[in-house]
Amino acid sequence: MKETIRIGSGAAWWGDRVEPAALNAEQGDLDYLCFETMAEATVSAAQVRARRDKSFPGYDTYLDDRMKAVLPACMRRGTKIITNQGWINPDAAAKRVAELLKEMGYPGVKIASVNGSLITEHVLELTDTIMETGEKTSTLKSTLISAEAYLGAEPIVEALKAGAQIVITGRVADPSIFMAPMMFEFGWDPLDHVKLGQGVGIGHLMECGAQVTGGYFMDPGFKDVPTPWNFGFPIAVVSPDGSAVITKVAGTGGAITLQTVKEQLLYEVHDPANYLTPDVVVDFTTVKLEQVGPDRVRVSHISGKPRTPTLKVSLGCTEGHIGEDMFFYAGPGALRRAQIAKKVLEERFKIVKLQAEDLRIDFLGLNAIHGAATPVDAPEPYEIAVRVAARTKTKEEAAKVGREVDGMAVSGIAHTGKRVPHQDRTREVIGVWSSLVPREKVPASVTYIES
Amino acid sequence: MKVKLQHVAHTRSGDKGNTSNIAVFAYAPELYPLLKEQLTEEKFKHFYGDAITGTITRYDVDNIHAMNFVCQGALGGGVSRSLCLDNYGKALSAAILGFELEVPEHLKTFLQAQELIT
Repeated sequence: MKETIRIGSGAAWWGDRVEPAALNAEQGDLDYLCFETMAEATVSAAQVRARRDKSFPGYDTYLDDRMKAVLPACMRRGTKIITNQGWINPDAAAKRVAELLKEMGYPGVKIASVNGSLITEHVLELTDTIMETGEKTSTLKSTLISAEAYLGAEPIVEALKAGAQIVITGRVADPSIFMAPMMFEFGWDPLDHVKLGQGVGIGHLMECGAQVTGGYFMDPGFKDVPTPWNFGFPIAVVSPDGSAVITKVAGTGGAITLQTVKEQLLYEVHDPANYLTPDVVVDFTTVKLEQVGPDRVRVSHISGKPRTPTLKVSLGCTEGHIGEDMFFYAGPGALRRAQIAKKVLEERFKIVKLQAEDLRIDFLGLNAIHGAATPVDAPEPYEIAVRVAARTKTKEEAAKVGREVDGMAVSGIAHTGKRVPHQDRTREVIGVWSSLVPREKVPASVTYIES
Repeated sequence: MKVKLQHVAHTRSGDKGNTSNIAVFAYAPELYPLLKEQLTEEKFKHFYGDAITGTITRYDVDNIHAMNFVCQGALGGGVSRSLCLDNYGKALSAAILGFELEVPEHLKTFLQAQELIT
């Protein structure tokens, strides 16, 4: 058994930067490079796109960019890659990576694709209630686009045991992507909740990439980090007991401190003593954090409890449309002009009988972000964008937002700044609901190809 | 002395469906008891007002001197349905930095960015 393994982050979401992934591949001395590229609605959005656009292959639209950036260094070093870039078609993603490897002159590389998370066909039989509302999942039948269960690390471990150098998955719980190599290398049992708790806890710190190395952190004067334009993505140097040192490539920007690690420890966590994942229930309330060097934080004593008998399922549903546009005021009196413009729009929406499920008219610069939490004594800004958004059942209703904002150009009030519309100002809404499915009802399958 | 939370603690918010968790981390262990005492669920709820429509639960994480406020109904019906420009609520954790606490003089030395206290 290795004394430690080095696991690096290559992405924290679909739109993440590619350069730090390349740097980790080249200079991170990594055993594993792991990519997390999915958000809650990624699968449903991909299903919608696949229906409309037959040329869409169903995997991460940046698959080529990411793989071209890291494959040469990973092949030289022998770094294995684990990625959820397969989205709704892991087999096609594996095929594409095999093509890229062949073009680069690396034949014979074993690539695994993990399937099984997509359960759209059977989800209404397998699930009972919607966690958010308590209603029956069967009420979603007419609007359901897609449903997927969050798989754990086991199928990835199976692929690694079979000798795969690259493992491409669909939906897998984010921290499990990073924990799988620990299970494989250190021979952890899938039911060893003590080790898995520690490992998934480390995976949780890694899954959001730069958010543990100084990203989403800097606040000038209060929390400064060096050169925030070139954050390094994190590297976990993991020991067989699951404790780890979080670090990054020397010379990159950002910082790894007790503060950055603490902030990420609770990111998207509800009860810190019971963080539910497919592999284990993690308890962060026992964690010990130590700064053991510059940009080096040792993380130990995260606890684990036995996994639950169910897996979380996300159900994506069509839920109508959003229409959105904005126009502008500036100078002395910007706010009073924005306020009367809001009144004008509200009255005109009545005239055109806008049928909206929800309507929001914000003063961007004053209250568009914090809404009702904006302090009553917030100072009046010099510039204001009036931003209008409505959620509607049909696209035709959503289009009324842009049409009435158009009306503000010559039928508005003094000093109205306005863009000429040059893009569709409506978009489709995919609502995401959650439910639970017995884990034995969602078997994963692994297939292999070679470049 | 009255001091804004930004000198006492740093914050980060994360999303899950229509729930936002806003975590508050003391800059120093010495300041943590002040947070626990003064930044109660009720005061937190009052501060955010109608921006959070559901229940708020505070989890104390004493080992890292942090509190996690789990706020239901904070994201306009859910990330994908929300009409808010910041639909993930990643900027939501900045609002509470303006919350005022009473800090005794002898703890002043532990405050962050003292030169910026107004």
